[in-house]
Amino acid sequence: MSESIINEQEEAIKVDYEKGNFSFPEDYTYDAGTGLSEETVAYISKVKNEDEWIKEFRLKALEIFNKKPMPTHWASKDLENIIFENIRYYLSKGQKPSRTWDEVPDDVKETFERLGIPEQERKFLAGVEAQFDSEAAYSRMKEDLEKEGVIFVGSSEGLEKYPEIFRPYFGKVIPSADNKFSALNSAVFSGGSFIYVPKGVKLKQPLQAYFRINAENFGQFERTLIIADEGAEITYMEGCTAPKFETATLHSAVVELVALKNAKIQYITVQNWSNNVFNLVTKRAHAEENAEVKWIDCNIGSRLTMKYPGVVLKGRKARGEVLSIALANDGQHQDTGAKMIHLADETTSNIISKSISIGKGRSTYRGQVHMPKHLKNCKNNTECDALLINTNSRTDTYPAITTRGEGNTVQHEASVSKVSAEQIFYMMQRGLSEGEAMSLAVNGFVNDLLKAFPMEYSVELKRLIDMEMEGSVG
Amino acid sequence: MQSLEITNLNVSIGGQPILKDFSLNIPKGEIHALMGPNGTGKSTLAKVIAGHEDYEVTSGEILLNGESILGDEPDEISLAGLFLAFQYPLEIPGVSIANFIRAAKQARLPENESINAVEYYKELYDKMDALKIDRKFTARSLNEGFSGGEKKRCEVLQMSMLEPEYCLMDETDSGLDIDALRIVADGVNLMRSPERGFLIITHYQRLLDYIVPDVVHVMYDGKIVHSGDAELAKELETKGYDWVKDSFVSSTAQ
Repeated sequence: MSESIINEQEEAIKVDYEKGNFSFPEDYTYDAGTGLSEETVAYISKVKNEDEWIKEFRLKALEIFNKKPMPTHWASKDLENIIFENIRYYLSKGQKPSRTWDEVPDDVKETFERLGIPEQERKFLAGVEAQFDSEAAYSRMKEDLEKEGVIFVGSSEGLEKYPEIFRPYFGKVIPSADNKFSALNSAVFSGGSFIYVPKGVKLKQPLQAYFRINAENFGQFERTLIIADEGAEITYMEGCTAPKFETATLHSAVVELVALKNAKIQYITVQNWSNNVFNLVTKRAHAEENAEVKWIDCNIGSRLTMKYPGVVLKGRKARGEVLSIALANDGQHQDTGAKMIHLADETTSNIISKSISIGKGRSTYRGQVHMPKHLKNCKNNTECDALLINTNSRTDTYPAITTRGEGNTVQHEASVSKVSAEQIFYMMQRGLSEGEAMSLAVNGFVNDLLKAFPMEYSVELKRLIDMEMEGSVG
Repeated sequence: MQSLEITNLNVSIGGQPILKDFSLNIPKGEIHALMGPNGTGKSTLAKVIAGHEDYEVTSGEILLNGESILGDEPDEISLAGLFLAFQYPLEIPGVSIANFIRAAKQARLPENESINAVEYYKELYDKMDALKIDRKFTARSLNEGFSGGEKKRCEVLQMSMLEPEYCLMDETDSGLDIDALRIVADGVNLMRSPERGFLIITHYQRLLDYIVPDVVHVMYDGKIVHSGDAELAKELETKGYDWVKDSFVSSTAQ
């Protein structure tokens, strides 16, 4: 592709994430208060006017959450610094998601305008949902997709209006008891996207959701469920930001994907959380026969991110892929990875993970590849590369690969490299500032992976990396 | 003062003096060759001028067109008009030559101006043609897996694209076969201009068969001990560095 086209794209989707650091005064109609109890859960369920079974689902999840210990025996001790009783679990203006930006409350509309969302929608998206704290403020999909039977709604609306479609899969890919944070999400979830793409419908443009935290001490718990029926294809993109508050903010989402026979789902995350956010997200997909699921996961910012997108390869010839980039700057820990669970013959999976650690930033890769003995002709390829910028950075790799059986192959490669002072000097001698030089080295490191991304996102990610590197030079 | 002027420069590394009252003046329009045995401080000089932070400058001055550049950041010195062709160019994986040079050109524009891609590629290809470099070359990652000759050609391409006022070339001829040497020399000769000064640091005379210098300096133990015209390089080639030591160093020491 030519350079000039890339330039035009850069112009077209100028999302300046430094602009993400602002917030409007709080003005909420519904506020579940501080702390988490059965009353909190009941309040949320009542505000949402939910069916009894959903309320029961929530309360059961709360019980599981309360029983499960923090996973600090393997994960970061920093998790202990999340004070659940100080968090606010539900905040909304009581709005229904508007279908035009004109109907969106002014402060919310201005927030998303400053983040460039309406502009992106006009330029290249098939549909947008914009969530402000607990609830979506805007949700709209192109009319021709509605006619084809595509459903794109929030979690509450999905469960209320289309239970026959969503209920059979809701909480099935990721049960509440999967981990402490999936249980927490199941108890207090609000917002997110529920999407159904009917048989054979192939979406040419992506659907996008944007998650915005506006309030301090707030926990955002969106819930997403995407079902691609047989032969359907969809690309979904999520973006996230929050202002830089002094206190910790929690983002704990659950994302379930179901790709039925011959379906394709591509799920792209470009998150740029401020560094007070605990970002603890569970993401998993089921891929049936000959289906393909691709997670593209870009983690920039946050205080601690723990996220290991997975694909359960349930049907013959199903394919799973995780392409991830994590950038850990000073004071940040990116604990990310991938899970590939092979449950059928001839299933293939591919994991490419690139992490960058800067200053005191820390990156951890955790991978799980499971291939039981009775399967034939399964393949996995795993590559993890780490780049360290300055000597304080830390990187760890924990690959867990269990493979048995004949004709199954697993390939694992890992590398660690450094940006040296001499490389920086060389680039600065050509007139680049220290930040530009580091940014170029980082972009070079992720370059081959970026080529696998849809262009709009690779351009945006490149911009985010540039800004992060510029900011990392004292 | 349109010159690169170094006066009484003293530089040490780890307390060890490397450059001792080193002085040299390169006016625009001239090519100076700096020759001398290994370990005499030639590469140190190049890096200190370019602003490398590992060296301790204890006294002296470096003026670029009359303005001091001592203590400036390497990028500031670069933007002020000085280019250093490295003896050992660094590998930058994943960054193509075309994108790297483009970023360096962009750094020379005012903040709100952005480089014109069409014009940029035209200039790049014209210069590659002039240097007889295959156009596919610039898609490769900067210096990654390059042969010695390719690395030096890449340095000359960058130099020609950035159009500096002063070019320092640190042992650019080392490790080059005769064809590569000629390509590098052609590049320098193309850039030779009344508006540009060169300092060519070399151990051997052979590069100077292709780039005829205006002045040749012989460096020994941290300073220039003798200067002359292009003939001096040839004399040095025949007589060897021992001749320098015997004829100039001992006499200055007494």
